[in-house]
Amino acid sequence: MSVITVNEAISQALAEEMRRDPAVLMFGEGVATKRANLVAEFGAARVRNTPLAEGIIAGTAVGAAATGLRPIVDLLFAPFLCFAMDEIVNSAGKLRYLSGGQFKFPMVVMAMSGAGWTVGAQHNHNLEAWFVHSPGLKVVMPSSAADFKGLLKAAIRDDNPVLFFMDLALGYQAGEVPAGEVLVPLGRAATLREGRDVSLISYAKTVHHCVAAAETLAARGISAEVIDLRSLKPLDEAAILASARKTGRVVVVHEASRLCGVGAEIAAFVGEHAFGALKAPVRRLTGPDAPAPASWPLEQAFVPQADAIAAAALELVAARRSAGPSPRPSTEGAVSMQA
Amino acid sequence: MRQAEHDPSPLAMLETMMLIRAYEEAVAGIAAGGTAPGTCTSVGQEAAAVGVLRALARRDQILTNHRSAGHLLARGADPGRLIAEVLGKRTGYCKGKSGSLHISAAELGVVLTSTIVGGELSLATGVALSRTMKPGDDGVVATFFGDGAACEGVFHESLNLAAMWSLPILYVCENNQWQAFVHRRETMPVEHVRTWAAAHGIEAHTVDGNDVEVVHAAASAAVARIRATRKPVFLEALTYRTRGHYEPDDQAYVDPAELAAWRARDPIELLAQRLRADGRLDDAGFARISLRTHAAIDEAVAFAKASPFPELSELVTDVYA
Ligand SMILES: Cc1ncc(C[n+]2csc(CCOP(=O)(O)OP(=O)(O)O)c2C)c(N)n1
Repeated sequence: MSVITVNEAISQALAEEMRRDPAVLMFGEGVATKRANLVAEFGAARVRNTPLAEGIIAGTAVGAAATGLRPIVDLLFAPFLCFAMDEIVNSAGKLRYLSGGQFKFPMVVMAMSGAGWTVGAQHNHNLEAWFVHSPGLKVVMPSSAADFKGLLKAAIRDDNPVLFFMDLALGYQAGEVPAGEVLVPLGRAATLREGRDVSLISYAKTVHHCVAAAETLAARGISAEVIDLRSLKPLDEAAILASARKTGRVVVVHEASRLCGVGAEIAAFVGEHAFGALKAPVRRLTGPDAPAPASWPLEQAFVPQADAIAAAALELVAARRSAGPSPRPSTEGAVSMQA
Repeated sequence: MRQAEHDPSPLAMLETMMLIRAYEEAVAGIAAGGTAPGTCTSVGQEAAAVGVLRALARRDQILTNHRSAGHLLARGADPGRLIAEVLGKRTGYCKGKSGSLHISAAELGVVLTSTIVGGELSLATGVALSRTMKPGDDGVVATFFGDGAACEGVFHESLNLAAMWSLPILYVCENNQWQAFVHRRETMPVEHVRTWAAAHGIEAHTVDGNDVEVVHAAASAAVARIRATRKPVFLEALTYRTRGHYEPDDQAYVDPAELAAWRARDPIELLAQRLRADGRLDDAGFARISLRTHAAIDEAVAFAKASPFPELSELVTDVYA
């Protein structure tokens, strides 16, 4: 066991997988400059800087993946994925199916997103649900150093295109990572905290806000379960259902906006499959339907924080106990919290 | 301080370049303290901004990118409102929602700013199209971008459309040798972006981008041609980004000899020396300009720091019209 940062975990995962499999290579804008250690160990052919051109970076990865390589591309910030949507969505996601299964696309697309750097909406936009909505793609978004390492390694070994989203607030966050091989299977959620009264389901930075909320709730005698989804596709439906059935109350939390977000899928899924077990409506706490602002206080208000999560959970618990008015509907960001 | 943003005299251009330098160094200082992250300064590139902006008229419009402070200040932007925007304050040009990377100011004709590299190239064609639909309009749309942006596919799409539709665009490529942390030599087989522009059948020139008088002359000629022909012209200003990609940046990846060579051709020094040599400027005169520009920036910083943050209700305003 060692304590390393998320950035170090990513770096270890890349090096270990490149060591293990000579088909793995990595490229992107400034990748060779930023990852000089990989160039030193694996050579300039396997670790490349590219021109500033996301479309051709992603498209090259798709073509290479179909013909025997296992490319990893770093597209920097999630909004830049918009320049590579055709290659990722129309090619990587569809050409296996459209070719009748002749090709596979073992590739990883890395991108950062989320509040924390106050650089505004053209760098900070949580687009993960777009890719969940696109067939043929897998999507992961971890919250801890160990999961960054284990999921990145698993993503590199996966035979499908995987979108690997990195919450930029987490890069310098340290965590324990087991010694030796760390592999976290895609599609498996982690229960970070067992609880009886309410399930807090989240991914990326808001997982930490849920853990903080669970501590607040514990002090008030409420036992909250915290589930870190880690993978958004495949989604660990079994873990979600088991927790919803156990607690009967579900709060889904993410920084991405509410409409057609991952929380919408979870709420609908729980409603379809665990309706009888629910003691209160599923609540969603999400970012608002707005581009991410640069201004620090607005950027913070964009993100569901621990106190809002604890308050939502308390309302769900109180709603049943008092059989009073039903809890407030799902809310987005600080503004509607006040509304 | 009100600056004469249309005065093309060398002394006025020197003062604007020094204002930009003082602004960027102030912002870099704030960034070093941790409160203005990610700001991309234009230190070393002041001549390209000032030379082109001085060649434009008030009725002309500009589009710019992440490295925009020089363009905005040369256009007459209030440095206080710019720094307020960088700090995410309510008094900024974009109410604090932009931060430093996408500052536009319709009142100044700075119509759209994108930090998506190449983004402004995709928008300039539409802005220019609007102008061509106005009878008798002779306005020019200048769009600023880097050598890195020329590697995006949209660069070529933009030039091709502008040529085919005869759009009045002045493409200003500030070839500052760097594309974030990667040198242009690593990403382009040609020395000059001009080669690519010329291949699209567009009149294209490469000039010394550190000599503001050279840039101004070339931009003036280009603007005159666009007004007369309503066709796009491409102008490449060879220059150098002497600070990092963004603040803070240790520039460990930069070749010190190359940096030193370009520093020796600093655009402010270059013009000041020329003006001194023929007696148009003396030490006292230079000191007066320096004092004036620094005082203006000190005042701007004080204004920005004293400004309030936006109300939280601003989080969801301006999303839809
Ligand atoms: C589509 C896109 N890709 C990558 C980036 C990250 N990025 C911001 S500026 C920059 C370098 C741009 O180089 P250039 O166009 O030469 O302009 P310069 O920064 O040198 O002024 C990069 C890679 C971005 N903002 N947008």
